[in-house]
Amino acid sequence: MATGHEAVAAPSASEYIVHHLTHLTSSGHKQEKIIDFSLANVDTLIFSLAMGLAAILIMAIVARKVTSGVPGRLQAAIEFVVEMVESQSKAIVHGDRSFIAPLALTVFMWVFFMNAMDMLPVDGLPLIWQTISGDHHAYLRVVPTADLNGTLGMAMGVLLLMFWYNIKIKGIGGFVHELFAAPFGDKIFLYPFNLLLNIIEFAAKSISLGMRLFGNMYAGELIFMLIALLGATATWWGLGLQVAVGAIWAIFHILIITLQAFIFMMLTLVYIGQAHEGH
Amino acid sequence: MNLNATLFGQLGVFFVLAWFTMKFVWPPIMKALDERAGKIADGLAAADKAKSELAHTEKRVVEEMRKARESATEVRAGAEKQGSQLIDEARLEAARIINQAREAAEGEAAVAAQRAREELREEVAKLAVAGAERILRREINPQVHAELLANLKAEL
Repeated sequence: MATGHEAVAAPSASEYIVHHLTHLTSSGHKQEKIIDFSLANVDTLIFSLAMGLAAILIMAIVARKVTSGVPGRLQAAIEFVVEMVESQSKAIVHGDRSFIAPLALTVFMWVFFMNAMDMLPVDGLPLIWQTISGDHHAYLRVVPTADLNGTLGMAMGVLLLMFWYNIKIKGIGGFVHELFAAPFGDKIFLYPFNLLLNIIEFAAKSISLGMRLFGNMYAGELIFMLIALLGATATWWGLGLQVAVGAIWAIFHILIITLQAFIFMMLTLVYIGQAHEGH
Repeated sequence: MNLNATLFGQLGVFFVLAWFTMKFVWPPIMKALDERAGKIADGLAAADKAKSELAHTEKRVVEEMRKARESATEVRAGAEKQGSQLIDEARLEAARIINQAREAAEGEAAVAAQRAREELREEVAKLAVAGAERILRREINPQVHAELLANLKAEL
């Protein structure tokens, strides 16, 4: 199933899964190497950008017509999220929040929208894409947060912001000093250990931040595919199970996509908030 | 699960979206929220003020009612007093008029009795003179004996 051209007969279960888990890359072929910066996942970029635009467009529409009088339903919904983010950021970050609070709002809305792509039928958009492109084995993955690049890209953004706010609050000297002097103590012979631990800490924070969201959404997507495979058996119990289990998992997934968006936002705030406080 | 340049694309989008939100979404919504919070605070304060004003007004209404009732009582008492005074005066006036009338009647009666007595006396004197004339015939001259006759009239 490497090129997506040889299977004329119905794909086997494993072929179906592998096909669904392969990205539409800029080369049009499956990425072979683990890390290859000459390629980009076109599907992830397009859908994450589209979801990002949808999220900020909805918020921008509300912001344009916002009234301090009686709010409409859309405004009330956005206000609910804004106030949630505002209160959380106020509690976590002590300092100038003029960028951090909007950032947290963006992260929550964007991640939520990207996660919500998981609620679409697993074969829906890929089928449409295959019809449009004329290639019946074209790859397409529609959930940007089920792509490690998508989540690690955002986690990298948070890492850069951690550095930025550390330097902004403590100054370059203060930050470097903290890297060497904390957490074990300001002794020459402890400097290597301090630095090593700090590097591990920053790496662990960023990678776990990206991996957590990726893992949850990837697993969720995979389970939707497995449920879809139930229906592919085309027996009455297979179809029945697909409908019943699919409904249950989809309803449960509403919780997961919201929760993961919230967790990503909260950890973004916590990590940036930690940059505001010295050891 | 492979890493590629998508990472950096996502990183760029991350900052652009956050910048957009900071610039165009967050400030107006926060402003509206703060304004509404202010309005609600003002409304609550106004409601409190109105409540205390209402209590104050109710107290004043009770006070005014009490005053009105008091003045009404006063007016009634005054009117009753004046009424009774008028009745007393009228009674006194009536008594005075009755007395006057009685006195006038008594006076008139006394004058009439006096006059009747004097007329009677004159009549008796005339009769006495006539009787004496008849007795004395020409011997008594009315001009000569006028003093005598007047004395006689006074004795009667």
